Amino acid sequence: MSSSSETEVSISKWLPAVLLAWFIPGSGHFLLKKHARGGLLGLAVVAMFLFGIMMQGATFQKAYFDMAEMNPRPDLLTRVITIGGFAANIATGILYTMTAWFGYDQADVAGHVHDYGTKFLVGAGLLNILAMVDAFEIARRQKD
Amino acid sequence: MPKVNLTHFEASLLFALLTSIVLGIVSKKTDRERLMYGLYCFGCFIAAMFALSWLMYLGHG
Repeated sequence: MSSSSETEVSISKWLPAVLLAWFIPGSGHFLLKKHARGGLLGLAVVAMFLFGIMMQGATFQKAYFDMAEMNPRPDLLTRVITIGGFAANIATGILYTMTAWFGYDQADVAGHVHDYGTKFLVGAGLLNILAMVDAFEIARRQKD
Repeated sequence: MPKVNLTHFEASLLFALLTSIVLGIVSKKTDRERLMYGLYCFGCFIAAMFALSWLMYLGHG
């Protein structure tokens, strides 16, 4: 798996692209001069996140920190969903940071629109992780 | 921030569209392959959506 061209690419080449791709969706590709792909990726992630907010989806920040104080600890499935959801929220970078900064704190309530909203917010984070991996592979010259 | 009130179908369609765009871009090497794979993913999402919808409808009795 480790060809000579891969090992030659130092961390200073790919880390800025990956960090930028995390913090501002699509921007890692812009740094790597893949403007069209970066624009489309950014557009898709931002659109999914904004639709999630407009559908008043829940974020996992409060549930995550509440869970740490629970005694007894919640069941495994609840922990996986909460930790995974919080990680996916964080994966949207500046979108989630600004949302938390502006005080958005939607509790998990019943209703299919809220439910879709929560999935859209998590989905945006997961799509951004894919974009980060793509930026990593481009920076490592594993793909064009 | 304005609120939107989408139906199940509209929300699923939107999710499928945005996810297919990203999957198409990150998966393939040429632009044509990316377009075709994005369309393929979108088609699979739609097919799964209709199949599961009918399954739930029939299963519900």
